Amino acid sequence: MDLKTSTADKIVRELRKCGVTHVVGLPDGESNSVYEAAMTQDGLTVVPICREGEAVAIAAGLLLGGKIPVVLHQNTGFFEAGDSIRGLALDLHLPLLMMIGYRGWRRDKPLTDSAAIFLEPMLDTWGIQHYLVESENDVQAISRGFKEANETQKPVVILLGTGGG
Amino acid sequence: MIDDFEALKVISEHRDQAVVVATMTANFIWPQVSTNPGLDLMFSGAMGKASSIGLGLALARPDKQVIVLDGEGSLLMNLGTLVTIAEMSPRNLVHFVLDNNVYRTSGGQPVPNVGKTSYTGLAEAASYANVYSFDDLLSFKNDIERVLKQAGPTFITLKTIPAKERPPYPLTLTSSIISRFRAALQSA
Repeated sequence: MDLKTSTADKIVRELRKCGVTHVVGLPDGESNSVYEAAMTQDGLTVVPICREGEAVAIAAGLLLGGKIPVVLHQNTGFFEAGDSIRGLALDLHLPLLMMIGYRGWRRDKPLTDSAAIFLEPMLDTWGIQHYLVESENDVQAISRGFKEANETQKPVVILLGTGGG
Repeated sequence: MIDDFEALKVISEHRDQAVVVATMTANFIWPQVSTNPGLDLMFSGAMGKASSIGLGLALARPDKQVIVLDGEGSLLMNLGTLVTIAEMSPRNLVHFVLDNNVYRTSGGQPVPNVGKTSYTGLAEAASYANVYSFDDLLSFKNDIERVLKQAGPTFITLKTIPAKERPPYPLTLTSSIISRFRAALQSA
C-alpha cells in the first residue's frame, strides 16, 4: 500500500522547502507516490537507479559537488545498500537524508515481515536516527531530519510507513 | 597489453582541470602521476561505487569534466551503474576501466569469466555516447585527446598487463580528505 497522493505531494513540497535538488532512488510499494510526485516537481531532478547500493554513492557525489540530494528506496534496499551506507554515509560523516519505504510496518499489530522486524534494530545498531512519517501531519519530520543531519554530520532516516490505517 | 602506470601517466598529462575519481589499482598509482591532486578523490569505502560517486559529481558540476578510473573487478560489483549513467547521460563524464583480468588488491585471483567479457560491449549496449577499447599504449596516446573532447558519457576499456605483485592496501577515504576535496572543488 502506498502513501496517499496528498501526503506524497506534501513530502515533496517539504523537500523543496529544505532546498533538495535531487531525489536518488528506486520506486517501491510504499514510496512510489513520493517518487512520482518528485518526477513532476519543478526544481527537483530524479536520478533513477538500478540497485539501491548505487544511491548513497551518487548522493555522496552530489553532496560533494554542492547539491542537496535525498535517497529514496525501500527497507529491503536498505539492507542491500548496507556497505555504501557504512563506508560512505557513516564513515565519511555525510549529512544525508534517506527516505525508506517501510515495507511490513503495522502500527497496531505485531510485525511479521523480516524487512520490517530487522529495520529499526539495524538503524539503532548503526546509530542512525530515524523518524516515522505516516501522514500529512508527520511531514515536518523531514525538516527536522535535515536540521539534525547537518548538525550531527550524520545520515538521518525518514521511514515512510503505510500500515497505520 | 598496456602498462597501467604508463596509461595513467597519459591520462594525467591530458586531464587538465578535470576531477578524477580513482579506485583500486588506480587508487595507489594515480597519486604518483597526478598533475592536480587537489581535484583527485582516491575512492575507497564502498567497493564498486567509484562510477556512482563520479556520476553524482558530474551531475552536480556539469561545468567540470569528471574522470572515473575504475577497475573491471569493481565494475562487475556494480554493473547496473552502466545503465544508470546512460539514463542520466552526463556529457562531462569519462569512465575508464583498467581491465587487468584479476583482483589485484587481493593477490591476483581471476575475475569471473576472465578474458571473455567485453566491458566496452556492455557500455555500448547500455547506450553510453562513446565507447572505446585500447590494448596498446601508442594507439591510446594518439587518440586520448580526441576521446576526452567528445560529449559523454564516454567509456574506455584499457587492457592492462595482469599485475603479479599485490599493491599496498588502498588508501582509506576519511572525512577530512572529503572536506579538503569539497573545498578544492568549490573554488575550482
